[in-house]
Amino acid sequence: QSTLVLAEHNNEGLLPVTQNALSAAKKIGGDISVLVAGTKCGPAAEQISKASGVSKILVAESDVFKGFTAETLAPLILATQKQFSFTHILAPATAFGKAILPRVAAKLDVSPITDIIGVKDANTFVRTIYAGNAILTLEAKDPIKVVTVRGTAFPPEPLEGGSAAVEKAPEGDYKTDLVEWVSQELTKSDRPELTSAKNIVSGGRGLKSGDNFKLLYDLADKLNAAVGASRAAVDAGFVPNDLQIGQTGKIVAPNLYIAVGISGAIQHLAGMKDSKTIVAINKDPEAPIFQVADYGLVADLFKAVPELTSKL
Amino acid sequence: MSRVLVGVKRVIDYAVKIRVKPDKSGVVTDGVKHSMNPFDEIAVEEAVRMKEKKLASEVIAVSCGPAQSQETLRTALAMGADRAIHVEVAGAEYETMQPIHVAKILAKLSKDEKADIVIVGKQAIDDDSNQTAQMTAALLDWPQGTFASKVEKTDAGLTVTREIDGGLETIKTKVPVVISADLRLNEPRYATLPNIMKAKKKPLKKLTAKDLGVDLAPRIKVINVEDPPKAKKKPLKKLTAKDLGVDLAPRIKVISVEDPPVRQAGSIVPDVDTLVAKLKEGGHV
Repeated sequence: QSTLVLAEHNNEGLLPVTQNALSAAKKIGGDISVLVAGTKCGPAAEQISKASGVSKILVAESDVFKGFTAETLAPLILATQKQFSFTHILAPATAFGKAILPRVAAKLDVSPITDIIGVKDANTFVRTIYAGNAILTLEAKDPIKVVTVRGTAFPPEPLEGGSAAVEKAPEGDYKTDLVEWVSQELTKSDRPELTSAKNIVSGGRGLKSGDNFKLLYDLADKLNAAVGASRAAVDAGFVPNDLQIGQTGKIVAPNLYIAVGISGAIQHLAGMKDSKTIVAINKDPEAPIFQVADYGLVADLFKAVPELTSKL
Repeated sequence: MSRVLVGVKRVIDYAVKIRVKPDKSGVVTDGVKHSMNPFDEIAVEEAVRMKEKKLASEVIAVSCGPAQSQETLRTALAMGADRAIHVEVAGAEYETMQPIHVAKILAKLSKDEKADIVIVGKQAIDDDSNQTAQMTAALLDWPQGTFASKVEKTDAGLTVTREIDGGLETIKTKVPVVISADLRLNEPRYATLPNIMKAKKKPLKKLTAKDLGVDLAPRIKVINVEDPPKAKKKPLKKLTAKDLGVDLAPRIKVISVEDPPVRQAGSIVPDVDTLVAKLKEGGHV
């Protein structure tokens, strides 16, 4: 039994969610290899090589991997699989992992398993369906398991105590003319990243405008928190899409989640209900968000949030 | 001009509260309102707009599932698809049908129908898999424009804006291509009554997976389906304003502070000061 973990990184460094995926790999058991592919991904490979319990790091460096397109990475993973015959191939359940692994699985004629939240044994996995309203335990019958891992469901593996051998991944012609990566517009922020933040302040339609999110940024600064949003706020154009928390956005589980002006549709609850402590501020006492909140404040957010910010 | 194949799935309506079956074999679907998967509505809308912009010559809607899937196909036809293909999958086979099976069906139909563009929703809101587009593209060796929030025709193919974790990404793909629709790709139209009537006359072809040479052998075994843990059953302390020493004397038109009649968990705090105290108590600040 052996597992390949596809590392997510930005060339300069590993993204923390890779450490969560590694932790799921350890739960599955057996030999673990990590594939790091990018244009110049030495630093990321170096970081992950320090994790304990990893036997080798396979590195593929080439300009063809610019933009981490599925059309170039899938053939690389398939070539790696051909050489090493892993029983499991894992990646984080992010936009990156979700775009690539099903493409790999189809080529292997395997039914992939998306967004697992638990590992019962090497063949049996737990995942949510219906926006987290039901928990499915399933046995994968295909010989190779292709799995994406929900980061918040597994603790991050520390990057220390190990010294895995760094080797070259199988070489090949991974160039493609099917797709050309053009550009990325990443939202710039000095705040913690949403999926790994300890505290999150999140806003909904109740904020009424993008400008009013300033109230939340001020509160977030006090709490060293990340800022998120409900789908309604994103659809209304208040904030960019990458702030969306919910069934189809990001899944988060911080220590403290402050929902401001969010009614709490089940699709939103699916993305945040595993938070340790939930605070809801909403003027509508009937808002469903209060049913999952540890502390609810029925109040006008435009008064309550500045007051809260000033008193913290 | 392109021929567009668009995949539509019949799912439990997004507003229905899901109930897990007592025997834990699945969720209750009988007598429950079903609709087209919301992401697939966006896919249909995009395909129909391509036709309206004269970028596409024909829009073919496909659904794999039991007989009732034809209702979903009629909705797609009412939204503007030209014709429909129902690949009937029912009973035990439908229970274990996975995106890989659907992808094989879509890939085969894309070849048979000479489609240039396949559009599907990025995920279905029942199994939340998010796999079908990627697998269909892989089986056809076509590029994939996943999680699309904007699709534009360019000389060489399509320019696709993708929703990724940190923001947005732009790629150029060749055609033929598979696109998966994200939430902000468009606002799907409602089917009007005249169009619903017209849709009844549009052609709908019935096939089986076998006709297409697709093996529906199960790839997974459902061990069980359970309710999510009632994680929020935290020690619930009911507080009154009095407990907190808050004077609520003027009892006129109570609208805000008091508890809503039934609430599973948590407590309502009367003011920001109490909230701050609670957050301090909890070590949050």
